[in-house]
Amino acid sequence: MSLGYGDFTVLRDVSMTVSAGQVVAVMGGSGSGKTTMLRAATGQMAPQSGTVCTLGQNLSTASREQLHGVRQRMGVLFQQGALFTDLNVFENVAFPLREHTTLSEADITARVLDKLQAVGLRAAAHLRVAEISGGMARRVALARAIVLEPELILYDEPFAGLDPISMGITARLIRDLSDRLGCASVLITHDVQESFAIADQVYLLGQGRMVAAGTPLSLTESTAPYVRQFLDGEPDGPVAFHYPDTPAFTKWLDRQQGGRS
Amino acid sequence: MSRSKTDFWVGLFVLLGAAALVFLALRAGNLSTFSFAPTYSLTANFNNIGGLKAGAPVKSAGVTVGRVARIDFDNTLFQAVVTLNMDQSRQFPTDSSVSILTSGLLGEQYLGIDPGGEEKDLADGERIQYTQSAVVLENLISQFLYSSADKQGTASSGDDAPAPPAEPAMTPSGQGTGAPASSAPASGAAQTPSETTPPQSK
Amino acid sequence: MSALVSLVSRLGAWVIGCISATGLFARFFVQLLARSGIALRRPRLVSQQVHFIGNYSLLIITVSGLFVGFVLGLQGYYTLRRYGSEEALGLLVALSLVRELGPVVTALLFAGRAGTSLTAEIGLMKAGEQLAAMEVMAVDPLRRVLVPRLWGGIIAMPILAAVFSMVGIIGGWFVGVQMIGVDAGAFWSQMQSGVDVWNDIANGVIKSVVFGITVTLVALYEGWHARPTPEGVSRATTRTVVVSSLAVLGLDFLLTALMFGN
Repeated sequence: MSLGYGDFTVLRDVSMTVSAGQVVAVMGGSGSGKTTMLRAATGQMAPQSGTVCTLGQNLSTASREQLHGVRQRMGVLFQQGALFTDLNVFENVAFPLREHTTLSEADITARVLDKLQAVGLRAAAHLRVAEISGGMARRVALARAIVLEPELILYDEPFAGLDPISMGITARLIRDLSDRLGCASVLITHDVQESFAIADQVYLLGQGRMVAAGTPLSLTESTAPYVRQFLDGEPDGPVAFHYPDTPAFTKWLDRQQGGRS
Repeated sequence: MSRSKTDFWVGLFVLLGAAALVFLALRAGNLSTFSFAPTYSLTANFNNIGGLKAGAPVKSAGVTVGRVARIDFDNTLFQAVVTLNMDQSRQFPTDSSVSILTSGLLGEQYLGIDPGGEEKDLADGERIQYTQSAVVLENLISQFLYSSADKQGTASSGDDAPAPPAEPAMTPSGQGTGAPASSAPASGAAQTPSETTPPQSK
Repeated sequence: MSALVSLVSRLGAWVIGCISATGLFARFFVQLLARSGIALRRPRLVSQQVHFIGNYSLLIITVSGLFVGFVLGLQGYYTLRRYGSEEALGLLVALSLVRELGPVVTALLFAGRAGTSLTAEIGLMKAGEQLAAMEVMAVDPLRRVLVPRLWGGIIAMPILAAVFSMVGIIGGWFVGVQMIGVDAGAFWSQMQSGVDVWNDIANGVIKSVVFGITVTLVALYEGWHARPTPEGVSRATTRTVVVSSLAVLGLDFLLTALMFGN
């Protein structure tokens, strides 16, 4: 399908499938449309053409209740965690349970602490959101995303801005959860090293379309110029270093230099 | 803040608001004089009700005994028909009279009811026979000018001024005990020309 | 010539923008009303908001009411003394407060204190992706976040206005009777005979309910549509105060004409 905002098409002719138990990494440079894809997958954005089918439900034709049902079966981890700052850690993780289930208080406590244990933050349940670090916040958000035991988890840049230890922890968590819960995980990331270590399948986006798809091994061995530039971290290549000249810039430059003389 | 503590403060807040409303209604407003006591209704016809409004009090000896419920116009008699809601506990004889008075000099108008001497009391729905209409300021002034001009013409002082025209008219038989307050301005106006120097020179 | 044309077309675009904004606003209101069932199903959410919106405004409302009452007592006395009607001070203070100052000043203070905090809170939740997170968790943010705040404001505002009026009357009494020496009996009795429960007090309550709806709605609308940046939130809070204040004053004129005009 094709995705875009208004007249501007961010991605065209993109096609990908994810199956249960798989960890899929969607990679690409900044502005390559990764977050746009995430929005399409959650139904926050409708595709310009083609269909988005999440957990068997075509999102373009879904009614509010059907969309509601699909969203309860998936978890999303936002880049900054997106924790509710007026609640503490425990209440944040308990939020989906309180909204969607009628469990007793004891059951809720048991489940929440169990999920916090899975991310290693059981003893932080009493802390307020302002009191925890960024890495911890992300882990709490992960606990919140899995508390309903979803079939699909989407991670938006889970490794961005983390120190090496936290990165290692997060990568291991993603893999473990996928294996344990049997859910599918989709990572939107541009971190090559960590994601290649845990992914089963990698999709590389660039220049408005899907550039490569395959196992991490096949991509490492690929000779396509964009893939090579991305994986090797070359400053210049198919993605140019210099921002291209535009008429708007030329006009501005004339004004700027004309004004000074 | 824990949930029960929040509930407590919210409860206090709502109670405070209710208390404020009760305070306003009782201490600031006239709710304490607002009675849900049973009422019976009477009617009265007037030639001119002046500024009387629905909801105006009906007072006897200065005490509120009822309220004006409705003001209608009778198209055959060309009179105003006022309906009064009287407190059930206040009964008045059938020959009571009612007149339109003003509280203070320029205040709101209200109905004053004066008891008569009959033994039988007015029943629900009955009509009060004796009424005195409102004093209309313009008529008062014109009658003052008329009598002062008249005085100029006759050039005699100390006379009684000619009988005041039309307002205020007394319906059916002669004088009830009437309302001294409203006849006072009329007679006062009638008397001033003879006591003061004519205000304008011709 | 072209400058004039562009000016006119800009004016036209601005007018169209205002009209479509009004339409958006009305649609927003209907959306919130449609989802108001949650206020009955989960009253805890609403009562929490009444606490944040109402209880935290009590201090400023009470103090302001007291001082407005003081000033009314003073100014009223000086003016009435000219006509020898000092005894009507109670009536003056009570009517001014209950009919006008109570609802209006409370609404303006409410817009400044509670309105801005609502707008900022919603705007920052939007900026921090909390609302988007809620949406993908299949929780409708309009229902879960906005509706309780709307009803919290609607409930809190009349209570605050009543408290303002009460405290103001007490303040007027304090200055008039205790400090200046107006006769206490005349103060209260003139007030009681002149202030009508239905015409004055009830109308004042109706006004405060209308103002509560207006201010809260504007605050929520601005927060919901704020740009998720620091400047966006700051502009949204400014607009909340300006728009709701103007709306309150305009509505006050309309309501006064309707209620007290006859």
